[in-house]
Amino acid sequence: MIPEHTGSRATRIIGALTLAGFAVVLVLALVVSPPDQVQGDAARLIYLHVPVAIAMNLGFGLNALGSAMWLWKKSRWWDTLAVSAAEVGLVFTALTLVTGMIWGRPTWGVYWTWDARLTSFSLLFLMYLGYLVVRRLPADLEVRNRRSAFVALLSFVDVPIVYFSVTWWRSLHQSATISLNTTISGSMLFTLFVSMAVFVACFAWLLLHRFRVAWLEDEVETKGLDLAISERRAEALVVP
Amino acid sequence: MLHDTVFRDAAVIAGKDLRLEWRSRVTTNQIAPFALLVLILFAFALDPDRGILARATAGLFWVAVLFSGLLALQRAFAIEAADGNRDGLRLSGLDPAGIFLGKAGAVALELLVLELVLGAGVVLMYGTTFRSWLLLVVTCVVATTGVAAAGSLYGVLAAGLRVRETLLPLLLLPILAPVLLGATRSFEAALAGAPSDGWPWVELLAAFAAIYVAFGVLAFGSLLEES
Repeated sequence: MIPEHTGSRATRIIGALTLAGFAVVLVLALVVSPPDQVQGDAARLIYLHVPVAIAMNLGFGLNALGSAMWLWKKSRWWDTLAVSAAEVGLVFTALTLVTGMIWGRPTWGVYWTWDARLTSFSLLFLMYLGYLVVRRLPADLEVRNRRSAFVALLSFVDVPIVYFSVTWWRSLHQSATISLNTTISGSMLFTLFVSMAVFVACFAWLLLHRFRVAWLEDEVETKGLDLAISERRAEALVVP
Repeated sequence: MLHDTVFRDAAVIAGKDLRLEWRSRVTTNQIAPFALLVLILFAFALDPDRGILARATAGLFWVAVLFSGLLALQRAFAIEAADGNRDGLRLSGLDPAGIFLGKAGAVALELLVLELVLGAGVVLMYGTTFRSWLLLVVTCVVATTGVAAAGSLYGVLAAGLRVRETLLPLLLLPILAPVLLGATRSFEAALAGAPSDGWPWVELLAAFAAIYVAFGVLAFGSLLEES
């Protein structure tokens, strides 16, 4: 039995909660929380930037976990988790980079600076773009899964080295560009926490749908040929 | 984990690759001239009279190494892709870890030769004076080990694919970013006569090399299997 869509009661509830949560976050971030003393209204981007960065980390963490577990258990479930998490994670990486750049423009005066995090996240983005390219190469499912699991793990072990080297590189040349507000007022912290929770829910929502799409795609891949053959046979029986 | 035959198998594979290289002269006749050409192109791109070349020598050297290294890696695995050589390797009974070490070792040796050529190139064309020889040599060996190990893993992964020429740089260059960073900083320290600033970067390069050599020894077998 092939389902007609990827939604279910659970995903509809998560989706509705996410959308309602976005509305609450908008009010909290734009109306309730005060502007920052130093950065003014630009600081409100933190309510978007930090939660999407957390969702990004979740995505790459789950991707590495799924890849390692696939290599161990060879279960299709883990592979599907790995690829869905990477794809959703990549979207959140792009959002992290874009919100970071939008925040950088009024704060640093430029969209791009060779800040340690900005630089390492852009490398991360390109690495996982490569992962998805490998993923889409035509191959047997088993070969494809093994290949992408290795690419995921090869990238994952590089992440700390990249981050460490880039941080080290920048700290040798310039002091920290800006230290984020050391004290954070109560309503700002509350808004940030609410926003994190909402974005984690949003991540889960997207991940569930993406997981089911990926699962169905593999179903089509494995069963599509058999189905096409039996359809042709049925046609031959109808037309005498 | 490692049997004592691993290194013998590695020597067999490295010997085969180096013999192929010795007969075909692809590295010396095509890749090394390409590397020198990159040095000349840098001089066109960055005005040589204003001292930019001298200041950027370390970085240009390693960018040239990475670009020509990509060619060497593609070559190293293109020879395995033809005529079912990959199946031959799998059926040879050689230890996969040994095959990995052999392939990576041969690539590393070729890269070291390229680095010698490039080193002579920057001395002659960019007017570089090399100092702190120990740091320079150790940086070259350690960084090259990392490039060859990570490169061999991605090389075998991409080898059987129709898109390998375009895929390999996309996969490999972001991974090698820390190597470029570390080797460049270390060379800068050596050229500036302050080798103590360079050694911490060598440690980073060594960590990178160790991780990818270990990964290769463990995983090369199953990467070789698929195609």
